[in-house]
Amino acid sequence: MALQSLDIQRRSATTTPSPGERKTMEVAKLIDISKCIGCKACQSACMEWNDLRDAVGENDGTYNNPRDLTESSWTVMRFFEVEPQGKLEWLIRKDGCMHCADPGCLKACPSPGAIVQYANGIVDFHQENCIGCGYCITGCPFDVPRLSKKDSKVYKCTLCSDRVSVGLEPACIKTCPTGALVFGSKEGMQQHAAERIADLKERGYQNAGLYDPAGVGGTHVMYVLQHADRPELYALPKEPKINPMVSFWKGVAKPLALAALGLAALGGFFHYMTVGPNEVEEDEEGTR
Amino acid sequence: MNKARMILRYRPADRANHWLTAITFILVGLSGLALFHPSMFFLTNLFGGGPWTRILHPFIGLVMVVSFAGLALRFWRDNLMHAKDWRWLQQWRDVVGNREDSLPEADRYNAGQKMLFWVMIACLVTLLVSGFIIWQPYFTPAVGINVVRLAAVLHALAAFGLILGIIVHIYAAIWVKGSVGAMTRGYVTQAWARKHHLAWYRRVTGDNAVK
Repeated sequence: MALQSLDIQRRSATTTPSPGERKTMEVAKLIDISKCIGCKACQSACMEWNDLRDAVGENDGTYNNPRDLTESSWTVMRFFEVEPQGKLEWLIRKDGCMHCADPGCLKACPSPGAIVQYANGIVDFHQENCIGCGYCITGCPFDVPRLSKKDSKVYKCTLCSDRVSVGLEPACIKTCPTGALVFGSKEGMQQHAAERIADLKERGYQNAGLYDPAGVGGTHVMYVLQHADRPELYALPKEPKINPMVSFWKGVAKPLALAALGLAALGGFFHYMTVGPNEVEEDEEGTR
Repeated sequence: MNKARMILRYRPADRANHWLTAITFILVGLSGLALFHPSMFFLTNLFGGGPWTRILHPFIGLVMVVSFAGLALRFWRDNLMHAKDWRWLQQWRDVVGNREDSLPEADRYNAGQKMLFWVMIACLVTLLVSGFIIWQPYFTPAVGINVVRLAAVLHALAAFGLILGIIVHIYAAIWVKGSVGAMTRGYVTQAWARKHHLAWYRRVTGDNAVK
């Protein structure tokens, strides 16, 4: 939704380079799950800042409310009761767009400029260019984009690109009361995470680690997980990457198919010009 | 056009059915290519922009498939492959080299036309099924994401096959003189029928003397 065109480094359905003269710092949001108390202040802040009001849903007997991401709930807390080390743990993960360095949504999008990636790493949807095909949903390894039933546009977390562009932190970060959410340079966040992980390891979480999956080139939303060896406990994919079917479709298939069609037409033209037409030579009226 | 000396190849209803299929193919093909490759996205302008292209494409596609189903019902019998058709295919070099004399005689359709017919059917069935699966916002939400991904790839592949087939089809019509008239006016000359579809010529004229 934001319009910092100078800072766009990648643009959907565009085959020429984007403006690349300005260099900005890569940013990241770090979500420290070990510090999250599940208060949902981040959800409220997201609604407030982005002027979103989801419909009142139904309680399904869990704390998940709303139950899932929607076109107007760009972040939700997911609650998991698990026993990974023999004792009950209540894991709470703030879910939303991961802002991949190699975004599957952007790769899948057929509409020029409907999805952009800023130089700071934020992946943003420009709804004005969105055609409502839903291809981005097939590209996303994290099941994040949601197609609005009202306007057939897709929506997701913007990482508050509008706030970040003027030097503010995202709304969720601003509101988090425990410091579970922090925001800064990607490098700074990795350092901060390393300190947190060392601390967690000292406290008995041997497998604590950072979730910054390489399969999508790293992400600009990262998690500190108590059990980084088992991301599935948090309903996170273990090795997320763009699905191979989408990679094939939006990778080699696209230029090759178009080239083959062009060559076929050209082949016909040259066949005509060399071999020539197939004409009836005997007298049309003749009986032989 | 002296119809008395010509042979009726396509009745008016056949022609109307063919051209409805052709027109919808052009529209669905252009709108599909627009969403397939960025270099073709400008074609969305023909349909009123990106969202309108997305909205119209599946409906036009559905008309095309229904229309083609009419063609399939009309012509499937004439497109069944026989032993001599396989021999015809093996001699494809003679076909593209305009050396028709040595080819096995063709009935209403030659083996190339028959193969095209069945390839088109396979592509259209694939396009229909995969098209429903990726049809936003009506059907896709009810389908699992990996099925949608597979459908999207298959839709592109089948569309590629269809367009390639139609390029061949259109070129063949330009290449083999006297063919276009069959579909625009309905008639071919007796000489054309003897040259390209001898078995069919004998069947419809009862003239068995010709070799």
